[in-house]
Amino acid sequence: MAVNRRDFLRISGLGTLLGLGSMATQELLPPGKALAQQYLPDGKALKAKRWAMVVDARKCLEKVEQDGCRDCVLACNRVHNIPALPDPKHEVKWIWQERYENTFAGQNHEYAEDALRGKPFLVLCNHCDKPPCVRVCPTQATFKRDDGIVMMDFHRCIGCRYCMAACPYGSRSFNFVDPRKHLDSAATDPKFPTRMKGVVEKCNFCAERLAEGLMPACVEVCKEKALIFGDLEDPGSEVRKVLRSRYSIRRKPELGTHPEIFYVV
Amino acid sequence: MIEKAIVGSRRYYGGLAALLALIGVGFLCYLWQLREGLGITGMSRDVSWGLYIAQFTFFVGVAASAVMVVLPYYLHNYKLFGKITILGEFLAVPAVLMCMLFIVVDMGQPMRVMNVILHPTPNSMMFWDMVSLSGYLLLNIVIGWITLDCERKGIAPPRWVKPLIYLSIPWAVSIHTVTAFLYAGLPGRHLWLTAILAARFLASAFCAGPSLLILLCLIVRKWTRFDPGKEAIQTLAKIVTYTMLLNVFFLLLEVFTGFYSQIPGHMHSFTYLFAGLKEHGHFYGGLIPWMWSSAALAVVAIALLLNPATRRNERTLVVAALAVFASTWIDKGMGLVVGGFIPNMFDTVTEYTPTLLEVGITLMVWGIGATVLTVLYKIAVSVKEEVAA
Repeated sequence: MAVNRRDFLRISGLGTLLGLGSMATQELLPPGKALAQQYLPDGKALKAKRWAMVVDARKCLEKVEQDGCRDCVLACNRVHNIPALPDPKHEVKWIWQERYENTFAGQNHEYAEDALRGKPFLVLCNHCDKPPCVRVCPTQATFKRDDGIVMMDFHRCIGCRYCMAACPYGSRSFNFVDPRKHLDSAATDPKFPTRMKGVVEKCNFCAERLAEGLMPACVEVCKEKALIFGDLEDPGSEVRKVLRSRYSIRRKPELGTHPEIFYVV
Repeated sequence: MIEKAIVGSRRYYGGLAALLALIGVGFLCYLWQLREGLGITGMSRDVSWGLYIAQFTFFVGVAASAVMVVLPYYLHNYKLFGKITILGEFLAVPAVLMCMLFIVVDMGQPMRVMNVILHPTPNSMMFWDMVSLSGYLLLNIVIGWITLDCERKGIAPPRWVKPLIYLSIPWAVSIHTVTAFLYAGLPGRHLWLTAILAARFLASAFCAGPSLLILLCLIVRKWTRFDPGKEAIQTLAKIVTYTMLLNVFFLLLEVFTGFYSQIPGHMHSFTYLFAGLKEHGHFYGGLIPWMWSSAALAVVAIALLLNPATRRNERTLVVAALAVFASTWIDKGMGLVVGGFIPNMFDTVTEYTPTLLEVGITLMVWGIGATVLTVLYKIAVSVKEEVAA
């Protein structure tokens, strides 16, 4: 078939419009495939149907009373490159301590036992089964994985902070300032990305460590074994054993978010 | 018609120049915010929305209020509003524009704004807010422009405009309902988690918007040869009277539910706003003077509006319109948005005060809104003067 000049121009023009003619598309396709393979979980990855955590407050408080232990907080800050910001209004926190009364705001009374009153409790993202933050995010930058972990895509987040208004647990932090300016570059862990200003972040149950077969940093570092991490859907898991044998509470259960952080006291 | 915007009096150009200067100063503040991050504002981990989102919420109401002139004219053939529908529509345009700008200046990563379209998320109210606001902007530009152009040419508007006008009426209600849903569906924010919030938003919108329109009508009458009509202004005043009463009534319903039930979550934010909260011996009450000013202004406004003599007197009507605008601006802007974050999720208090830079950026958006309003009103008024001549 003879192609005249007019037909050639028409076909190549249409082709360019559809993006078929560009070298870039052809070059991008194979590496894209390779990238997808890279993200497939490898054999040693820890998997669960529903990740959850139990905080054994007794064990934790005993240790805190002894030496003011903050090992889990420090470990988390270290592996996730969380900056120490001078202004409490701009703080970035993934796991931290709040007083008993504040942790269980609305669920306590002023005659609580001395062992609890004013004592520090660990708080972190509850990885809710029905997360309001995910419901409101306009870009799906925050999303729930099949294994229950509520994740953040720092590169998609537009910084509207709607998720912060929606989270009933105050678990989310916004980078009000450039966090990299407050990180010690020598102590930065290259295995986890540092963030830019203007995006929201929070605890990710150490998804990056689970993928490598490691327990979350806070769980691993706790010598008292006060943080128990496991599969809530597996009746034989450690979390289920603890929950079966001891009385446990969750923060604000009445809101229907189904938090997956349990506290045994 | 656009040529009407570039021929004007010295006052017109002077006004525009002053507004551009204001925008310029505000833009410098914004450049600084882009560089340093939102840390330059008074917002915090606990009060994560502030002046910007408060302004956004308030101006969605102003935008929606155009329906208060469009509805009587097009659905009830209320002829007196025929002259001022264009003023309502051309007030809605800059108001929506300001809303969009307030969202953008509030974003941590504004260059990623298109992610909202790239990854459309129907379960997010923010997505629907974007859809309804942009739709409403388009509707008002098209309707306003076409009807004005036809008026100038002395012909009837094309038939296809009518359905758009009818569509714009429920659409106006929708933009403010969706904006209320941004707040009213969040678990754990007791001040916002209330079924009446959308109704409250609409009531405050339908008093704040028309009172601004009254002021604008009076300015137009004073500075140009176009007279919106004394009776039209009086009808607007009656609309403001009823909607302001509804607005205050809805607020008092909230107060009753909270304080009669004595459920702490339903009282805390109101207590903070009007009386302050005590925590560990420290007293927090930064918004008390603001909230009581809002309440006092509401009382003054209602007194002036309910009394026929002061409502008919345009001097006192101006005071009433200003009082309605200021009262709802405080209550719906700072009161509602900041109050929703206090106390925080741990039942402690972090207060919020906007910084100077934040105020500068807010003034920039106000300046842009005022500029667009001035230019659109200039066009509309010039056409009206031309037609009358």
